[in-house]
Amino acid sequence: MTSISMTVNGKPASGEVEGRTLLVQFLREDLRLTGTHVGCDTSQCGACVVHVNGEAVKACTMFAADADGADVRTIEGMANADGSLGTIQQAFQDHHGLQCGFCTPGMVMSAAALLKDNPKPTEAEIREYLEGNICRCTGYHNIIKAIQAASGQLTAVAAE
Amino acid sequence: MYNFEFTKPTSIADAVAALADEDAQALGGGQTLIPTMKQRLAMPGTLVSLTGIAEMKGVCRDGDSLAIGGATTHATVAAEAGDYPGLAAMAAHIGDPAVRNRGTIGGSLANNDPSACYPCAALASGATIVTNTREIAADDYFQGLFTTALEEGEIIINVKFPIPEKSNYQKFVQPASRFALVGVMVAKYADGVRVAVTGASEEGVFRWTAAEEALSANFSADAIAGLSVDADGMIGDLHGTPEYRAHLIGVMTKRAVAAAA
Repeated sequence: MTSISMTVNGKPASGEVEGRTLLVQFLREDLRLTGTHVGCDTSQCGACVVHVNGEAVKACTMFAADADGADVRTIEGMANADGSLGTIQQAFQDHHGLQCGFCTPGMVMSAAALLKDNPKPTEAEIREYLEGNICRCTGYHNIIKAIQAASGQLTAVAAE
Repeated sequence: MYNFEFTKPTSIADAVAALADEDAQALGGGQTLIPTMKQRLAMPGTLVSLTGIAEMKGVCRDGDSLAIGGATTHATVAAEAGDYPGLAAMAAHIGDPAVRNRGTIGGSLANNDPSACYPCAALASGATIVTNTREIAADDYFQGLFTTALEEGEIIINVKFPIPEKSNYQKFVQPASRFALVGVMVAKYADGVRVAVTGASEEGVFRWTAAEEALSANFSADAIAGLSVDADGMIGDLHGTPEYRAHLIGVMTKRAVAAAA
């Protein structure tokens, strides 16, 4: 067992992990942050996307011990300080960017990573960026709309 | 997954020492090795993460070459290898954004997956693979499926890419895996053109020398219009027959020449 410590959603977190403990297991099973989902466990689906030192990564394909000392952000860290939904989360609700909701944590984390680097992405750029996030409900249209709205580019649709 | 000891040295010397143990294996970004371990196809006693070694990270211009640290992620190469735009564009389309934030050039080259992009870029560029003990020319480095010139415990410190006058990488993506069904990199240097092909051959990445000769004489898509690749030795699977892959090599090479900048 190895002792690890990291910052998760702005708060210190630590624990004892095996070498093989995945970051997503540490988040879900040790820290009980179950918003990060495991869809495929093969790094295809993106339901487990979190930010490590500001970059989107698949938490099912990174060892917890490799995140020792890192600054980690999960879907639980995306709400506003008062508990209300953050801009991207609110846009997903407003534009029906989810149905079953299983992929949504990863979608929101990927969207946040995209908008950090590219605050006004085109539709094509959004679709390309979401290549590693799979949704089996929405057909993606409303997810794209939600991200366009979160980037302030969809005022006409928002007024519908 | 079988359990193992995890260690993350911060210097090349410490990493090499940790890898001296015969059950130890190097870990880059883990985007191939971790899925492999989940399937119990690998069971190292110790994993030595190379991503904590600062001197193995980053992109640096060195005369007419670009030197890329072995632990540099695809995302960093995409963002910082602007001096070699064909290489930056290739890195920008590996896997997906989250995979590119973890996967490393050294990991890709050490694994030498027959459908990976980096081996193609390294071979087309005539790159030099610099390890902790020696320098290996790309032409000598790739030795077949998942096989390279690396010895046990040898790690890729850095890769030197001579910068071409023009280059382009074209990938025909297998949509489920996002690996190349066929990928072709064309690089035009003052002393000739190099063409490397990934995804197609049962022997892994290779140079299409007939196309190189034709393109060195006349760098245009028309120059290779009459050339074809023998389907013998090409991969055949549910995604495509050997004949299909052989045909795609010609198509993707023409596209790469037409798009080269």
